[in-house]
Amino acid sequence: MADYDVIVIGAGPGGYVAAIRAAQLGLKTACVEKWIDADSKPVYGGVCLNVGCIPSKALLDSSHKYHEASHAFDFHGIKVGKVEIDVPAMIDRKQKVVKQLTGGIAGLFRSNKVEGISGTGKLLKDRKVEVTDKDGKKQTLSADNIILAAGSVPIEIPPTPLDGDTIVDSTGALEFQAVPKRLGVIGAGVIGLELGSVWSRLGSEVVVLEAMDTFLPMIDQQIAKEAMKILTKQGLDIRLGAKVTGSELKKGKAKGVKVTFEDKDGKKEESFDKMIVCVGRKPQTEGLLSDDCGVKRDQRGFIEVDDHCGTGVPGVYAIGDIVRGPMLAHKASEEGVMVAENIAGHKASMNYGLIPSVIYTHPEIAAVGKTEEQLKADGVEYNVGVFPFAASGRALAANDADGMVKMLADARTDRVLGCHIIGPSAADLAQTVVVAMEFSTSAEDIGMTVFSHPALCEAVHEAALAVNGHAIHIANRKKK
Amino acid sequence: MTIEIKAPTLPESVPDGTIATWYKKPGESVSRDELLVDIETDKVVLEVVAPADGVLQEIKKGEGDTIVSSEVLAVFEEGAISKEPVKSEAAAAAAAAVPAEDDEDKSDEAVLMSPAARKLVEENRLDPEQITSTGKDGRITKEDVINHMKAPAVKPQPAVAAAPPPAAPKPAPAPIIAPAGPRAEERVPMTRLRAKVAERLLQATQTTAMLTTFNEVDMSAVMELRNKYKDAFEKQHDGTRLGFMSFFVRASVEALKRFPAVNASIDGNDIIYHGYQDVGVAVSSDRGLVVPVLRDADAMSLADIEKSIRDYGLKARDGKLSIEEMTGGTFTISNGGVFGSLLSTPILNPPQTAILGMHKIQERPMAVNGEVKVLPMMYLALSYDHRMIDGKEAVQFLVTIKDLLEDPARIFLEV
Repeated sequence: MADYDVIVIGAGPGGYVAAIRAAQLGLKTACVEKWIDADSKPVYGGVCLNVGCIPSKALLDSSHKYHEASHAFDFHGIKVGKVEIDVPAMIDRKQKVVKQLTGGIAGLFRSNKVEGISGTGKLLKDRKVEVTDKDGKKQTLSADNIILAAGSVPIEIPPTPLDGDTIVDSTGALEFQAVPKRLGVIGAGVIGLELGSVWSRLGSEVVVLEAMDTFLPMIDQQIAKEAMKILTKQGLDIRLGAKVTGSELKKGKAKGVKVTFEDKDGKKEESFDKMIVCVGRKPQTEGLLSDDCGVKRDQRGFIEVDDHCGTGVPGVYAIGDIVRGPMLAHKASEEGVMVAENIAGHKASMNYGLIPSVIYTHPEIAAVGKTEEQLKADGVEYNVGVFPFAASGRALAANDADGMVKMLADARTDRVLGCHIIGPSAADLAQTVVVAMEFSTSAEDIGMTVFSHPALCEAVHEAALAVNGHAIHIANRKKK
Repeated sequence: MTIEIKAPTLPESVPDGTIATWYKKPGESVSRDELLVDIETDKVVLEVVAPADGVLQEIKKGEGDTIVSSEVLAVFEEGAISKEPVKSEAAAAAAAAVPAEDDEDKSDEAVLMSPAARKLVEENRLDPEQITSTGKDGRITKEDVINHMKAPAVKPQPAVAAAPPPAAPKPAPAPIIAPAGPRAEERVPMTRLRAKVAERLLQATQTTAMLTTFNEVDMSAVMELRNKYKDAFEKQHDGTRLGFMSFFVRASVEALKRFPAVNASIDGNDIIYHGYQDVGVAVSSDRGLVVPVLRDADAMSLADIEKSIRDYGLKARDGKLSIEEMTGGTFTISNGGVFGSLLSTPILNPPQTAILGMHKIQERPMAVNGEVKVLPMMYLALSYDHRMIDGKEAVQFLVTIKDLLEDPARIFLEV
C-alpha cells in the first residue's frame, strides 16, 4: 500500500495546481517543495509567485503609476509637484503581495488536505521519491503516481557570470534597492523587456543587448515592429544583433560593470551600474532524477513526455517548465490539471494550439494562435483585420491609445487562426478570442456578437469585422 | 413523496433574504440538483437546487418575497412526471427530415450552430441535419457550412418535367405533415435542391421563348406490335420487357435526325448542332423524377433502350445515379401519362431546345374514314425554344413522330 496516491515534486504553478486538483478528486496527495524562507518555513508558489510572474507584475504596476504621475498626469490637467519613488518601499509592497499569495497557497493546501513536505525531491525507481530536508535528513516515500514539476532556472552565459550584486539574474533585478543610473539588460525577450521597462520608468538609462537580429521573433512581426517603436519611444535603447563577449566588474567607488559586445559594426563596449542577464531559462532537473528512475531527457535537458505528460515510466508524469512547450505558468497549471484528472480516471486533454502568451510591458502584448509569418510559411491563405486603438473611443478617453488588435482568419472558411494585440489590457482582450477559438469561431461569429460600448474590447469586435472588410470605425482596406 | 423546499439556514449575521429568481414553474419537471431558485441576501446570492428528480408542485414564496432561515419556499413532488401536454405537432415534426413546426425551436434544440453558421444555413436554405459538424459538442461552425456547400452533393440536372416535385436521389423526405388546427400555417424553408430546381425552372421560362405544339397519336399499331412480340422479346432479351418508351425514343431519334434544329442547343449567341442524339428519359422512382440520359440513342436497339431505361429506373430508386449519367442530353422525353396526365406543356430542360411530352393512352372515339372508331389515343406535346426552332419545324417534327409511331415499319425503313 503506497504512502500516497500522488506525490508532486515542486509547488510552483504546475505543481501546486496539480496537487490541489488531485486532492479535489479524492486522491491522497503530497507536494514536495525545497524552497524555504529565512525561518525555514516552506515557501510555495515556485518561481512564478516568488521571483517571477507576480513580483514582476507588482513592480511593473508600481513603476507604471510612477511614470504616469511624473509624465502623464499633466495631460489630464492634474498638477503634481515633484514625484518621487521610494524604492525600498516599492520592493516591500511587492514582497507583501508575494507573501499574501504564497500564504494563500499554503491555505489552499490545508483546505484541500494536500500534505506539504519540505525538502528536495528526487525520483527513484519503482514509484518512490526520496526527500532530503534542509538538514540533510532523507526519507523515502512511495506513491502510485508521481508528478515532476521542478520548474526552470535562468540560463547563465560565460561572458557574464553572476555575482548577485552588480551582475544579476531576474531574481536579483526584482530586489534592487535603488534605481540604477545605467542599467544593462542582456536579452530582449519577455523578461528583459519587462524588467527593463520597470527600471526605465523609474529613471534608469536602459540599454538592452539582444544577440538575435530579429526583435521578438516568436510573435507576429507587425506587432513586434509596433512594440519596438513604442518601447524605443519610451526610452529603452534596444540593440539587435549585439552578442556579448565579455564583462569586467568594477569595484570601489565607481561600482559597475563594463560589457564588451560585437555587432555588425564591430566590437563595442558599454558601462552599466547594474546588469541583468535574462537570456532564457532551462529546465531544472539537477538532483531530480536518480540514474535508474527510467525517465528520459532530450538533448536540451527537457524531460520527454507524450501528449498527456506521461514520461513512459508507469505512474510518472512531468509538467511545466521541465517539459516541452512554452515556458508559461498557465501552461504548467493546465498540464497539472490534465495529469491529476487522468490519474483520477478522467479522459483529460489539453489544447496546446490555443495557449495565449502575454508580455506585460505597457502597452501590453498578447497573442494566441498563428502569426502572419506562420500562416505564410504554412501556405495558408488568410484574411487580416487590424483595428488601431487610436480609433477606440475608450482608449482615447483613457489617454492610452497606442497599439492595435490584429486578427487573422482562414480566407476560405473564415475560421479565426490567430489574434495578436498590443495595447491596453491586451491579455484580457485576447482571452475573449481564445475562448471563441476554442469553439472554432469564425471572424464573422465575433462580428455578430454584441460587444459593450465604450469598452476596449470593441477593438476586438472591429478587428473581426475588418477581417471581412466591413469594420465600421475605420476605413476598410480594399480586399485583394 | 412530497418534499418541502426550504430556504437554507442563513448565517448569523444575515437576518433574511429575498427571492430573486425562480427558474422553474409549478408543474415543470426538474432533475436532481437542477437549480430551482436564487435567494438574495445582503452578502451573497444563495442557490437552492432540487433534492431529487420530480416536479415542482407549488411555489409558496414568489419573486421579491422576503424569506427567513429555513422557511418553506415551495412544495416538490419527488418522482412525478410533468403533466405538460406533449405537443403532438412537435413530435411529428421531429420525425420529418425537413424542419417543420417552429423551425427556429427545432434548430436550437437539435443542432447547435455558431451565429455565422446559422446565418449561412438560413441564407442557403440548408438542412442542418445534413451538415457534418466539427465544433465542440457537435456544433456546426461556419467552416462546416462552407465545406458542406463546397462538396457537390449528388445534384442531377434537375428534372424539369411538369409532373411531380423533382427531387434528387436523396433520402426521400418524410411526408410533410400539413399543419394542424384552424387556419394553421407552417413556414418551411426550401431545401437547397428545391431552391436550385426552382431557380432553373425560372431560368428556363425566362430566358427561352418557349411554346408548345400539340398533336395526337393512334397507339394501336404500337400496341399491336407489343402484344404480338412481347413474349418473344422478353425471351430473346434476357427478360427485358418491351415497353412504349423504346418506340418513342427510336421515333424521336429518327425525327431528330430529320430536324437537326430540334436536336441543337443554344450557347450564348451560338447554336450547337449535335451530330449525335443523347436522349434524356424522365424516370420515375419513389424518390422522385430524374432524367438519366441515353447516350448515342441512335446506336441503341429497342432492347438496349428498354434495358437502359430499366437499369436507370433501378438506380434512380436506389439513389445510385451518377452525375455523368444525368448530364448532357440533346433532347428529353417526359412521360406524364404514367400519372394520368392527358395533356400538358412540359418545360424545357436548358440548354436543350425541345422536350417531348408523352401522356396517358386513353380510348377515344375518333373519326376514321367517316366512321366512328374507338382508338387508344395519346396526346403528344412538344415544347420548344422558338428562338431556335421555327413553328413549322416544330409542328413537322411532331407530325413525324406521330407518323412513325402510327406505322412503326417506317422507323425500321427510315422513311
